[in-house]
Amino acid sequence: MPKVTFIEHNGTRHELDADSGLSLMEVAVANSVPGIDADCGGACACATCHVYVDESWLGKVGDKTDMETSMLDFAEGVQDSSRLACQITLSAELDGLIAQLPESQH
Amino acid sequence: MAEAIQVPTASDLPDPWTVPLDKMNVANAELFKHDKHGEYFRRLRKEDPVHYCPDSEFGAYWSITKFNDIVAVDSNHKVFSSQDNIVIGDAEPEFLTPMFIAEDPPKHDYQRKAVTPAVTPGQLADLEGLIRQRVCALLDDLPVGERINWVEHISKELTTQMLATLFDFPFEDRHLLPYWSDASTTSPAVGAPDVTYEQRHEILQECLNYFGRLWQERAEQPPKFDFISLLAHNPKTKDMIKDPMEFLGNLILLIVGGNDTTRNSISGGVIFLNKFPKEYDKLRADVSLIPNMVSEIIRFQTPLAHMRRTALEDIEFQGKQIKKGDRVVMWYVSGNRDEEVIDRPDEFIIDRDKARHHVSFGFGIHRCMGNRVAEMQLRILWEEIMKRFHKIELVGEPERVTSNFVLGYTDVPVIVHAK
Repeated sequence: MPKVTFIEHNGTRHELDADSGLSLMEVAVANSVPGIDADCGGACACATCHVYVDESWLGKVGDKTDMETSMLDFAEGVQDSSRLACQITLSAELDGLIAQLPESQH
Repeated sequence: MAEAIQVPTASDLPDPWTVPLDKMNVANAELFKHDKHGEYFRRLRKEDPVHYCPDSEFGAYWSITKFNDIVAVDSNHKVFSSQDNIVIGDAEPEFLTPMFIAEDPPKHDYQRKAVTPAVTPGQLADLEGLIRQRVCALLDDLPVGERINWVEHISKELTTQMLATLFDFPFEDRHLLPYWSDASTTSPAVGAPDVTYEQRHEILQECLNYFGRLWQERAEQPPKFDFISLLAHNPKTKDMIKDPMEFLGNLILLIVGGNDTTRNSISGGVIFLNKFPKEYDKLRADVSLIPNMVSEIIRFQTPLAHMRRTALEDIEFQGKQIKKGDRVVMWYVSGNRDEEVIDRPDEFIIDRDKARHHVSFGFGIHRCMGNRVAEMQLRILWEEIMKRFHKIELVGEPERVTSNFVLGYTDVPVIVHAK
C-alpha cells in the first residue's frame, strides 16, 4: 500500500495510505484533502485537481497526455512540476510520493 | 382581414412520451419558456441518449443528453469543433462576430489567456471586499414587505455591477451592459421570437462604438487588470481593434458570459429555496452550507442549456454514426439531470455530496473561464441575505425567457421578509 503526502499551500501535511490503482486525485478526495476540487470527476476535463509533483518523483509518475497538457495550459500558477492529480495512477513504485497544492484551483 | 396573433401555450407542445422519436425536437424554445423540457430529455436519456433530429428550424442536429457523453464530446475538441458556431443555429454569414469561445486552438488559446488574468482566484480575492460592499448596499436598499421583481432589483443589478468592474466600465453607464447582452442573446439562432437581425445589429454597433473609445483610452494608459486593458496591451491581441467584428465578438462573449449566466443563477436560487422549503430550513440552521449550495444552484439552474459543436470528421459515438459537418448539441440541461451520475437529480439538495460535479461550466478547453467569479458573487450574496432576511418569499410563478440557450427569468415576484 503506497504512502502519499499532500502538502497544502499553507504547509499543512496530509500523509495518507493509498490503494494501488487509484488516482492521486481519488486519494485526495476520499480523504477530504482541502484544495482539490476535481469537478469533472477524473476525466482530465477541468483542471481543478492541479498539483505540483515533488521534483524527485517527476520522472516516475508517467508522461502527460496531449489533453492534460492542454488543460494545464489554462490553469493558474503552472510550473514545470504541474500535473493533474487525476492523471497519476498510484502503484508500489510511487510509495512515498509528495504533491504540493497550489494556492487555489481555477 | 388581419390574422389573430397566436401565442403558443404549453398545451400546444407535443406529448414528450408519445411523440415519435424522429419528430422529437428538444431545441423548440417554447419547451424552455414553459419549463416543460425536463420530460423530453428524460425520455431521450432513457430511449435514445445520442439522438438525431433530422429536421428543425435550426437544421438537422444530434443531441447528446447524458452526463458522461457530454464530458467526452466537450473534451474532444479535435473532433468536435467550436469554430464559428457554439449555439444550435448557425451564425449569419454576413454578420460573423468571431470570438474565442467559437474558435479552435491556437487562436482560442492565446485570446483566452489574454483575458484570464481578470478572473483568476488571486485577482478575485482583491475584489471580494468591493463586491461585498455593493451587495450590502443593494440588500439594505431593498423594500421589505412589498412585492418586487427580484430579477430587476438584485439579479440584474448585481451582475451588471460586477461586469462593470471587470471591464472597468464607466459605472454610471453600466445599464448598457445588460442591454447589449440581451440584444446579443435575443437572436433567431436560439429560437427567440419577435426580433430581427437588423435590430440586433444596430444595437451591437452601439456597443462596438462605445468599447472602441474605451479601448483607445486603455491602450494609452499603463496596463491594468480589466478585460479591455488586458486585450489592448497583450502582444498577441493588441491589434484586435483593427478587426471590429472580432473585437465585437469577444466583447459579446465576455459580456454575455458574465451577465446572463450569473443573473439567472441568482434568480434561480430564490426560486429553488421556495420550491424546496426544507432546504431553506437547512440553510437557516447552517449557513456554512452556502458554498456547497452555490454549486447546487448552478447545477439546478444550468443557466446555459446547451453548447453546440460541429464534427470535423466521421466518427462513431455510442453506436451512432456522426458525419463530418454534423451539428452536435451537448444539452447541459439534460446532463445535469442524468440519473446515472447524479443521485435524485430532480431534487434541489443544498448539502448534496459532490455538488461541484455538474456540467454547467462545460468541460475541456472551453470550460467557463469566469466560474470563480460566478461562485463568489453567489456566495457573498447568500451570506449577506442570510444575515438580514428571514425569507425571500416567491409570491407568483416566474416568467421565463424564450430561448433554447439562455435559461433565465424576466420576472421573479418576491416579498422580502425581515429577520
